Amino acid sequence: MTNIEPATATPADAAETGPDAAPVRSGWRSLLPTMTPWLAVGLVLVGGITLFGLLGPLFTGDPRQIRDIGLTGPSAEFWLGTTQTGQDVLAQLAHATRGSLQIGLLVGVLATILSAFFGIYGAYRGRFLDDAFSLFTNVFLVIPGLPLVIVISGFVPRESRGLWTIAVVLAVTGWAASARVLHAQTLSVRQRDYVAASQVSGERPWRVIVVEILPNLLPVIASQFVFAVIAAILGEAGLSYIGLGASNSATLGTMLFYAQNGFALSLGAWWWFVPPGLTIALFGMGLSLVNFSIDEVINPKLKNLRQHRRRARRAARLERELARGASRRTTAAKESDR
Amino acid sequence: MTSAHVTDLVKDYTIRNGLKRTRLRAVDHVSLELTPGRTVALVGESGSGKSTIAKILTRMERPTSGTVEVRREDGTAVGGPAYRREVQMVFQDPFASLNPFHSIEHHIARPLRIHRRTSTKDETRGRVLEMLERVNLTPAASIAPRRPHELSGGQRQRVAIARALAPGAKVLIADEPVSMLDVSIRLGVLNLLGRLQREDDLAVLYITHDLATARHFSDEVTVLYRGRVVERGPADAVILDPHHDYTKLLAAAAPDPERLGRVTASEPLDRDAIDNSACYDHFAGEWREAGVPAAA
Repeated sequence: MTNIEPATATPADAAETGPDAAPVRSGWRSLLPTMTPWLAVGLVLVGGITLFGLLGPLFTGDPRQIRDIGLTGPSAEFWLGTTQTGQDVLAQLAHATRGSLQIGLLVGVLATILSAFFGIYGAYRGRFLDDAFSLFTNVFLVIPGLPLVIVISGFVPRESRGLWTIAVVLAVTGWAASARVLHAQTLSVRQRDYVAASQVSGERPWRVIVVEILPNLLPVIASQFVFAVIAAILGEAGLSYIGLGASNSATLGTMLFYAQNGFALSLGAWWWFVPPGLTIALFGMGLSLVNFSIDEVINPKLKNLRQHRRRARRAARLERELARGASRRTTAAKESDR
Repeated sequence: MTSAHVTDLVKDYTIRNGLKRTRLRAVDHVSLELTPGRTVALVGESGSGKSTIAKILTRMERPTSGTVEVRREDGTAVGGPAYRREVQMVFQDPFASLNPFHSIEHHIARPLRIHRRTSTKDETRGRVLEMLERVNLTPAASIAPRRPHELSGGQRQRVAIARALAPGAKVLIADEPVSMLDVSIRLGVLNLLGRLQREDDLAVLYITHDLATARHFSDEVTVLYRGRVVERGPADAVILDPHHDYTKLLAAAAPDPERLGRVTASEPLDRDAIDNSACYDHFAGEWREAGVPAAA
């Protein structure tokens, strides 16, 4: 920019007209992760187990019905065998999956709301409120989760220990870590000029948070939500396994609890404890796979890494094929020489 | 038409270093007049307080002392929500000042809706397209639904200008609006700003560290050094006949194609040797004390 004279002033508009036929993509579209085999596996696992939890109880019988055929292995009538008291394991699994999913969803939503409020609102307002919220979050962060859950669950009488109580207890002990993550992300987003620009143009604070900041945090929130669901299902299973779970609902944890009480392991009744354990493991695995794909949306570097690997593999394959073709050609040439 | 009067603006920042607290005076008794149709350039290096003044003018920061008065032609003061309508800002970095999540239309429609310039959806949409055409973004209908990452830096900055003007701004603060753009399109954006200024009779504060564009684009130049005004006057007078050591340094630092060979900026001055206690006022033609309340 040296000594620009008005005489040389020619509009440089022509130099910066982009392509007219650019594809129009909405903001939401860019938030969706790219479909990869891993994501597909994750979605199939999560979707399958969710469907099983939703529809399974409609087709199986009463899980509590007691029969006189205790501890039989899988058969045509009872696909996953029966428990010590002759209850249908498949029916129990379906109901337990539904119970666990309920808890997971409930805790996921509650923990996400809590962490979004304390993380995002605190970071946006800054100053004293931020310090107070951060302190609060840090206190909850260092509280050892499971022991506190055990104490609270033990303190609440068994009759009133319903699904909601357990969900609230798990949510209250589990939101702090994601609040820290959201807090850090919000601090970075609120420094951006577009937030300042919307403030200058007179947007109200809640609109700045919800419309300008929140969409840019959605991938992070989604990943934290998925993480909270996994943690909740595992936490609830742990609680139920030691007999402190919700009294009025059957979950995968209570199934494991009864299996352990019924000496399923020592009696070799694998059909009793393997299905619930496997369901928890597969569901957790599915959600983790989904989460990795969301991570790619948050951090595009991961995506580049994957694409680089794929390109490298393709190049290596091409090279091998070329080498093979070349060697074949040379042998063919030798044959013809002879 | 609306004018802005900045009087004796002071902004102190408290720097906490462990238990010690020190005070940093970012802006020290700065006075400015922004009048309709005229451009005042605020020139200075990084950390000289330019952006702080912009933040105070747009009410993102409160001044420690001093006043910012925005008055309409009839003398009534602009305050409250109307202030946000009359005083708008174009940010430095067009890659950061548009929300990557929202469409171009959203960015221009929001100020229109907030300040009730339009009432129906169709009216808003029509006005958005109108605004896009005003900043030479055509075809507007194909630009509006796009998202910022699909536009070039110059196009984004045009969107940012349209957004600033959408509520009907009369005082425009342009915080280094072209410093992040390619050299080849800077002039286009500056000429656009000039045209809009003539059309709307805008009062513009052009913040920059580049004397060349300051001379090209502005009527009046105010040089800021370490929070104080050290020189002010008509653009040509300040740039061609600098009096203050710092302005001389700035003027010498701009490469001059007339002089062949290396830039012969006089030996790098000791920065701490430059004092900012005096200000040369080209209008009055005399030296004044800087960093003191203006004699009113």
